[in-house]
Amino acid sequence: MKKIDRELRVMLLDGLGGPMSRRGFIKRAGAAGLLLGASGFFAACGGGDETGTTAAGDSTVSTAEELSKELFFYNWSDYIAEDTLPNFEKEYGVKVVYDNYSSNDTLLAKLQSGATGYDIIVPTDYMVTTMLGLDMLLPLDLDNIPNLVNLYPRFREAPFDPGNKYTVPWQWGTTGIGYNSETVPDFKPSWDMLWDENYKGKITMLTEIRDVFAVALIKLGYSPNTRDTKEIEEAKQLLIQQKPLLKHYTSDTYIDELASNDTWLAHGYSGDVFQAQLENEVVLYSVPEEGAITWLDSMAIPKGAPHKYTAEFFMNYIHQPEVAAAITNYVYYASPNEKAEEFIDPEILSDPQIYPPQEVMDKLAWIEELGKDTELYNQAYAELKAA
Amino acid sequence: MTSLESPAAPPQSSAIAIEKPGLLSRLVGRLRGHPFAAANLLLLPTMAWLVLFLMLPLLVILVYSFGSRGTYGDVVLGFSFANYVKAFSPLWLPTILRSFGFAALATILCLAMGYPLAYFIALHGGRKKSVYLILVMLPFWTSYLIRTYSWIVILRSQGVVNTVLQSLHIIDDPLNILNTPYSVILGLTYGFLPFMTLPLYASLERLDKSLIEASWDLGANRFWTLLKVTIPLSLPGIIAGTLLTFIPAVGDFVTPDLLGGPDTQMIGNVIQSQFLSARDWSYGSALSFSLMAILLVSIYLYVRRMGSEDLV
Repeated sequence: MKKIDRELRVMLLDGLGGPMSRRGFIKRAGAAGLLLGASGFFAACGGGDETGTTAAGDSTVSTAEELSKELFFYNWSDYIAEDTLPNFEKEYGVKVVYDNYSSNDTLLAKLQSGATGYDIIVPTDYMVTTMLGLDMLLPLDLDNIPNLVNLYPRFREAPFDPGNKYTVPWQWGTTGIGYNSETVPDFKPSWDMLWDENYKGKITMLTEIRDVFAVALIKLGYSPNTRDTKEIEEAKQLLIQQKPLLKHYTSDTYIDELASNDTWLAHGYSGDVFQAQLENEVVLYSVPEEGAITWLDSMAIPKGAPHKYTAEFFMNYIHQPEVAAAITNYVYYASPNEKAEEFIDPEILSDPQIYPPQEVMDKLAWIEELGKDTELYNQAYAELKAA
Repeated sequence: MTSLESPAAPPQSSAIAIEKPGLLSRLVGRLRGHPFAAANLLLLPTMAWLVLFLMLPLLVILVYSFGSRGTYGDVVLGFSFANYVKAFSPLWLPTILRSFGFAALATILCLAMGYPLAYFIALHGGRKKSVYLILVMLPFWTSYLIRTYSWIVILRSQGVVNTVLQSLHIIDDPLNILNTPYSVILGLTYGFLPFMTLPLYASLERLDKSLIEASWDLGANRFWTLLKVTIPLSLPGIIAGTLLTFIPAVGDFVTPDLLGGPDTQMIGNVIQSQFLSARDWSYGSALSFSLMAILLVSIYLYVRRMGSEDLV
């Protein structure tokens, strides 16, 4: 449903008089081109399978095992460079079947309802913990992924999977504030902005339970992963105070609302705000000084994957510096690949919205899966929404 | 292909329930003389559909509702009433009252707009009757989601309504309609209007026109004829229409999600968030069942009061 949502938004809200810059148009046209290009390539692949097999068996590819002919890749929508898959297919003769989802819930629900056959999925950090808890992932053979050495050390020791036993990072970002620099001239990089009475009715918050509570907990100086009922209660009270100032809680429509000046201050994901920025250049993104949530989407192999070796081979391919850089240059999310820096567009690399400076980086925290204690947050959120 | 025919079956069966005297008697009449088995055989696809896609899922939800949330959001089966205790806690009272209030207001608005419309089409539609009916049903050809999104475009601060009003200098500052209770009630009314209009039309269409003429002949004016003859005779349509509007409106979550604000949460949103963001399927199931129970009781009371028990 979320994916339909996105297409609808594009169709309706932009088609019917929403602001649409040329850059926005080019990006969309590019995305459409990607889809067409990919299907065209699949068609071509179907006809020329033999060339594919020869390429895979080519001596230039020194592999212990044989690559499979196909690889089933289930990724977030709009989250890869145009040429990533075609290049891989051309080089190794593996046909990549590429499907998209747009929320972790969808991904989990689909796998739980028995969808098998995917070789690679890209869950977000806390979802990795959930999937490990539910015993849904296969351990990786790290010998097949030597390019992991190219990553920044912090992504090799992420708390949800230290040592990359099950996951290989894909892209990362932050959860901060998207704001309209024209209508909010006095913007300060602080969560206080989302409690500013002057902007009553122009503020939105995300709907993800833990993200919402993280804002209040960080503002109060607590850990966003606290299990302390008193601290959670305090955060809840703070959020109840904020409620009358809100336009609504939303995890998707704020992109358009920022673009159309309906929302001036939005609690949102970095990449989403950049999307609004493409349509309305006065929209800016900020990571508040008090600290914020950082998230990381990682590739993993679900149990029952038919082509484990090829999946690991593909993960390794992605972390060739040039390949990783090309993805960041296209999707505007930060790459976990340190060696990719020299190939990343300097404009992106120096953009503090995408690559925050060290003092901001130090204040970023992960959302950790809390197991049973998740219910503390669920209950507090229920009370917040009912208040 | 049973499964292909089946999607049409439930609306058909509900239509039978609504137009009891008409459609059902005609159907029975047509089957008269055939062995009784033929009727049963015809019902088979519908029954299979109901068992497979209504009874079984309900059973699953019922079983889940007595379980609890596992550490990672899985369902741990068990037998505990804890979820029902939570579901009936005073926490949700305002939300449930709001859901019933919004749905009731939307139903009243639908009746107020749907009745004249249905009356006009049924009694004065003439040869264009089917054109009007198609116009009523036309919105169904587009997804509900798209139609609700369109209201965002219409209502937002730089939307159609505000732009027009501002350019005519009727208002200076844009009206804040979107993300308020008003926009939610508007969305519900808009979305469910055809559910009200069609059963009203069905019962007004079947109405014996000579009774209206008789009422005039006997000296009643148009107003009293409407009040004493037309409305009472179309009561089955009114009851069916209000139920068809009210029940889905109470449980709706798309409209308050898209058009609502921070304080327009309806019970459907609570259930949805238990299934998706909180991933507590057991609690969500218990909430669903509780809502169904509350609805069944209120419908029973309503229909009894309206004096047509044979509808339930």
